[in-house]
Amino acid sequence: MERIVTRAGIWFAIMLLAVMAAAAAQDSGFAAHMFIVAIAALIGLWMTISKPDYSAIARGILRMPDDPSRYDDDPVRWGVIATVFWGIAGFAAGLFIALQLAYPLLNLEPYLNFGRLRPLHTSAVIFAFGGNVLIATSFYVVQRTCRARLAFPALARFVFWGYQLFIVLAATGYLMGITESREYAEPEWYVDLWLTIVWVAYAAVFIGTIVKRSEPHIYVANWFYLAFILTIAMLHIVNNLSMPVSLLGSKSYSAFAGVQDALTQWWYGHNAVGFFLTAGFLAMMYYFVPKQAERPIYSYRLSIIHFWALIFLYIWAGPHHLHYTALPDWAQTLGMVFSIMLWMPSWGGMINGLMTLNGAWDKVRTDPIMRMLIMSVAFYGMSTFEGPMLSIKSVNSLSHYTDWTIGHVHSGALGWNGMISFAAVYFLVPRLWGRERLYSLRMVNWHFWLATVGIVFYAASMWVAGITQGLMWREYGADGYLVNSFVETVAALHPMYLLRAFGGVLYLGGAVIMVINVWATVLGKLREETPMQTAAYDPAADRPLVPATSN
Amino acid sequence: MANKRIDEATGVETVGHEWDGIEELNTPLPRWWLWSFYACIVFAIGYCIVYPAWPLLSHGTEGVLGWTSRGQLASEMNAEEARREPIMEALAATPIEKLPDNPGLMRAAIEGGRAAFKVNCVQCHGAGAAGSPGYPNLNDDDWLWGGDLKTIETTLIHGIRQPGDDQTRFSQMPAFGRDGILTSQQIGQVTQYVQSLSGKAKPNAAGAQIFADNCASCHGSDGRGMRQFGAPNLADAIWFYGGSPAAITRQITTPNHGVMPSWGGRLDPATIKMLAAYVHSLGGGEDFEEVAPQAENASATETHEQP
Repeated sequence: MERIVTRAGIWFAIMLLAVMAAAAAQDSGFAAHMFIVAIAALIGLWMTISKPDYSAIARGILRMPDDPSRYDDDPVRWGVIATVFWGIAGFAAGLFIALQLAYPLLNLEPYLNFGRLRPLHTSAVIFAFGGNVLIATSFYVVQRTCRARLAFPALARFVFWGYQLFIVLAATGYLMGITESREYAEPEWYVDLWLTIVWVAYAAVFIGTIVKRSEPHIYVANWFYLAFILTIAMLHIVNNLSMPVSLLGSKSYSAFAGVQDALTQWWYGHNAVGFFLTAGFLAMMYYFVPKQAERPIYSYRLSIIHFWALIFLYIWAGPHHLHYTALPDWAQTLGMVFSIMLWMPSWGGMINGLMTLNGAWDKVRTDPIMRMLIMSVAFYGMSTFEGPMLSIKSVNSLSHYTDWTIGHVHSGALGWNGMISFAAVYFLVPRLWGRERLYSLRMVNWHFWLATVGIVFYAASMWVAGITQGLMWREYGADGYLVNSFVETVAALHPMYLLRAFGGVLYLGGAVIMVINVWATVLGKLREETPMQTAAYDPAADRPLVPATSN
Repeated sequence: MANKRIDEATGVETVGHEWDGIEELNTPLPRWWLWSFYACIVFAIGYCIVYPAWPLLSHGTEGVLGWTSRGQLASEMNAEEARREPIMEALAATPIEKLPDNPGLMRAAIEGGRAAFKVNCVQCHGAGAAGSPGYPNLNDDDWLWGGDLKTIETTLIHGIRQPGDDQTRFSQMPAFGRDGILTSQQIGQVTQYVQSLSGKAKPNAAGAQIFADNCASCHGSDGRGMRQFGAPNLADAIWFYGGSPAAITRQITTPNHGVMPSWGGRLDPATIKMLAAYVHSLGGGEDFEEVAPQAENASATETHEQP
């Protein structure tokens, strides 16, 4: 009882402080954000006071099995639900801004204009959808591959809820026009500080679980998760060094200026791709592909070499975002050659993913989750070839600032990150909720085809759009004058923008099918359908501390 | 403790570890992968020798090719400039009045003007030079200040109502409503009269009288405008700020006065000649003889409705 009173007191104090900060705020956006923090503290207060009831309610709503002898999977279940939720939000935002580009009338000023919704889309898909799936799967994978329950269970719950608060503050901030204007690092200083706290807690839970492992070795997936967690912490802190104008206001100014600022930003931006969307998702690949294929990893040696090569080389490649700018030429060269050398280390992950199917290639035909994983790894290979190619200066001089970049990013994001996340969700949901199988494997197949065709429309239209744009911008006439005005190049892209939006409709449609499938599985329903193959699951073996095998 | 075994499907030995049922094969690195990786590294080293790469104390190495990105830009720009140079020199040496005598040069000037227009002018006049309310359409033969080459050039050099340029074109229509010169009833009547000049309403005597007393001094007794004041022709159904009764009333009550920058200090004289030639070529260009007296071409009003 005393503990509950103490906790309630802390929540109450946070709420009071947030209300005071809202009252004294320098700008309305900061006031709104402090109000959101106060509401979050109020929810925390209410949950603390009604704690015994709340757990049961949540278990009831989410139909969560309760077995303390097994792994600590509550934060993973919440994470899977959050992944699906933010995924739909992010894809819908993406479709909407794609339509805004085709039909500028859809810019609803001021809250829903393109400038505010674009970071909402990128943050929702990368940090909300991607971040939640990374945190959830890392908690799942680290427990299984260490055969240990999560270290610091309370902290793990704080990580989940703290991360959701970060997402809400970031997203509402964009809509209110609160931004640092740093791509993929738009949230302002106080939201950055909050994320730092959450991230340190995340690192503590993850590393703590590895430390208390009962396996002698650390599995390769955990190397990648660890690289992702530590590097993102470093990138986030350095890139967001800034001075607030007021401690009660939302605005801050970066510690860097000019080309140093640009380089810091793209050192961050490129490695957000490298360590969030590549290293983190490779960690998922290293667990879910062999589990679903029920095959050993293709090459242990390759995993070591490509891991160290990847994390060493990736961190230098950022300057390729600043070709032909004020950045000194030597730094541009550095960015380019490190990107070229990165090609094979990136493909090491693809080889280990694809070749793990040696001896089980038939599953691509029979198992829709396997098909998703393989398509994901294939898109990973394609994007990590395209990336080094686009980093070559002469290619970049055509592609930079065009929609080719957008196409490249989306073949990676929709193909690699999206597909592997869907596959992970489909893998996890029956296991996490103790179901015999998914509600419907045939709906997974539908999701697979809708997403794949959607990506093809998206990537192909943006390739054409980007190359068209690049060629039109640089086109000189016979007399030595530029031929096109900017607006003529925009008009030329309109059909491509429509095809891109159509691809987005298909991709979102597939995700909606996933929502239905996941929710029906959570409810314990089974669709009557012709069976399709999937990986076997032995709930009895899925527990920590199995007796050591000595044979 | 290692638990190595030979994997049946591939015949490769495992490393002997197992995590949650996942094992790893001890497959060697694929040769093609390794050699491609080496090749990329060799390429990178070679590239770093040839191009600027290594950061030193005060600046980076320059590379054996001596390439710089600024140098590449300069050489590309110089190449295009060299292609333009004969034209630019000829244009600089040719007074704009003489331009029509040299059809080849005129054609080249129009092409150059087309490019310069897309960079400097489309923001207000539109990609097709069709203008929009408040921004004149340059495709028609309705000119505020005159449509021969020399006059267009002057407009370009000095702009319209450009502060700080004492030769800029300047005119100001009184705010008949705001300043109480006309009552709102009178403005209504003269609005109807103005519309009638373009055949959009029935003429009315009261409006005609108000027009003669207040408007004719600039717009002319027949409403066909006067170029020395930049006063628009009101009788050609081409409207600068809109032709609806509400738009005309608004313009009489509180007139808008647009500004065009003076390009004399921003663009070189040859480019301005090119722009003048291009605008002149769009459809409404006038010969030099037409400039002088205003009311000469009093042909019948044709009503082409224009925005």
